[in-house]
Amino acid sequence: MKTALSVHNLTKMFGDFTAVNGVSFDVEDGKFFSILGPSGCGKTTLLRMIAGFFEPTGGQIKIREKDMAGVEPNRRPVNLVFQHLALFPMMNVYENVAFGLRRRHVSDSDINKKVTSMLERVGLPEHAKKKISQLSGGQKQRIAIARCLVLDPSVLLLDEPLGALDAKLREYMKVELKKLQSDVGTTFVYITHDQSEAMVMSDYVAVMNSGQFEQIDTPQNLYNNPHSSFVAQFVGNNNKLTVDLSSKSSGVYTALYKDGQKYEVSGDFSLEEGNEFDMFVRPEAFVINAPESAKGLNTIKCEVKEILFDGGNSQLLVIPEGTVEELVVALPQNKLYDSISRKDRIRISWNPTASVCFRKEEFKIYDDA
Amino acid sequence: MMMPDRRKIRWSFFVFFIPVFLWLLLLIVLPQLELLRMSFVGNDFYGESGFTLRNYGAFFSDHIYWLTFVRTTGYALLVTFIVLIIALPVAFFITKVANLKVNGFLMVLLLVPFWVSELVRVYGWMILLRESGILNHFLVSIGILKQPVEMLYNDITMVMGLVYTTMLFMIVPIIGVMENLDDSLIEAANDLGAKKLTIWKTIIIPYCMPGILSGSIIVFMLVMGSYLTPNLMGGKNSLWFTEQIYNQMIIYFNWNQGAAFGFLLLLMSSLIIWVAIKVTGQDWRRVIK
Repeated sequence: MKTALSVHNLTKMFGDFTAVNGVSFDVEDGKFFSILGPSGCGKTTLLRMIAGFFEPTGGQIKIREKDMAGVEPNRRPVNLVFQHLALFPMMNVYENVAFGLRRRHVSDSDINKKVTSMLERVGLPEHAKKKISQLSGGQKQRIAIARCLVLDPSVLLLDEPLGALDAKLREYMKVELKKLQSDVGTTFVYITHDQSEAMVMSDYVAVMNSGQFEQIDTPQNLYNNPHSSFVAQFVGNNNKLTVDLSSKSSGVYTALYKDGQKYEVSGDFSLEEGNEFDMFVRPEAFVINAPESAKGLNTIKCEVKEILFDGGNSQLLVIPEGTVEELVVALPQNKLYDSISRKDRIRISWNPTASVCFRKEEFKIYDDA
Repeated sequence: MMMPDRRKIRWSFFVFFIPVFLWLLLLIVLPQLELLRMSFVGNDFYGESGFTLRNYGAFFSDHIYWLTFVRTTGYALLVTFIVLIIALPVAFFITKVANLKVNGFLMVLLLVPFWVSELVRVYGWMILLRESGILNHFLVSIGILKQPVEMLYNDITMVMGLVYTTMLFMIVPIIGVMENLDDSLIEAANDLGAKKLTIWKTIIIPYCMPGILSGSIIVFMLVMGSYLTPNLMGGKNSLWFTEQIYNQMIIYFNWNQGAAFGFLLLLMSSLIIWVAIKVTGQDWRRVIK
């Protein structure tokens, strides 16, 4: 596989503030690569450096093996889909899509061919003569992408393009975008703060936090084997239990929780012993009231504080005995657990390999109001 | 919910409307109507006054009048164009390049000269440019000029003066629309392969067209109807159409002829603006906004 985009040790400083700090990654040709991070983590800065709007303070960007240092945005083989799309209101749909081709002095008949086939590809062939203001949010989205794809860029950069859409449309566009990408085979680099967008669409996801990449992996691996406390908390939902850790045998640890109970954690990671560790267990990893006969599970006894009904995403809010902490447990809507009500005492169990431990770290996952 | 009293609204509407209405009627509509009437009146062979089209005919039969008009229009178009060329980058700098703090200060700098009257500003230029003026003194003292030259009383100085006095009226409406221009449109055009000049041509100017056109109309009208600057800075050689009106009314005491010229000026400059709006394909309602 050829490398479409290669970023090496890229750094950007704004005065004393380091927005992007020594980021390196490679994107193979034809892949959907996402950069996932909370707002202010530097992902937009990174994208703008690739597009050429910011000059990096240090490091190197290579597109198709060509160094991009000092190359103006209009000369780079990448195109950017802007957060608010930036369609040109003074032109109709056709002229918007044709804009880049006109700048390349393509002949009118070729422009016509390319624009028409691109509009067909995004499913809007009859909208060519419409004004931008006459399009719906989803249609604008597709025109913004068509405007870039018609230039056949080596890499298409997307800056949270689904952010402005409402929830239902966003769900739909997620699937559309993934289909479009595998259809045209262009390399996509997509930045977002929405982990679901990143997970659903991407071949690879880089999780970014305060200017650095925490982990680059497939969505499955990010979810199952997070490499850092941040990734564990940012990707998917997770319960955080503060524990003291002692090693039992290689790869198997005993975690002492506040409720006085000991739980087993195992996996192929190596940790020192000591206190101040966070153990993470996903809400959907819990089994409610597992049969007593089941062996090798960690089990916590707790009291149901609240039932948060949300259809397929329903959850229980429970308080482990002897603590005041709250845990979230997924509540499958398969009729098995309909009898559970508030104040009930239940047992929740999980497989020791389904939990991970990291040294305690504090950071903001989202901005508190 | 209480419905507002209809009669009360009507009453308060008239309180605010009547002064405006009176102002328009007494100071603008009535004198204009009187001028319109006068423009069609002339003395016949026996000294009796009556209806005539002779006042309008004079404009077309006497070369000097319509040549003055063509000259005035030509210079007004030139001034409008120069003002536009200067105003676009200035407005761009203020809205897009300068940071927010400097921004307000720059606007004040633009506005300050307009706190003093046009007369004072024009005299300011005269002090700078006249033969015994500051600029001549400076150029002679550093040896660029051997002896002072008269920089006033020519067309170039007059155009410069008109550009200076009308600049603000172009910059302000352009800033108004340019502020709403999303920076990402410029970046998007750049990203799609457009160079600086192309971005101006395809994105910035089309986007600012309503502001450009309303600014151009104001500047064009101001220059067409300007009297002080062409007279003081252009001197005797610079014939301006307003000067012809002034001459007719004040020097020859021919108010009928002056009134006819006044209406011709109004009609023809309106016609030029109407053509300009049509040619650029703008909706006049948007331009006025």
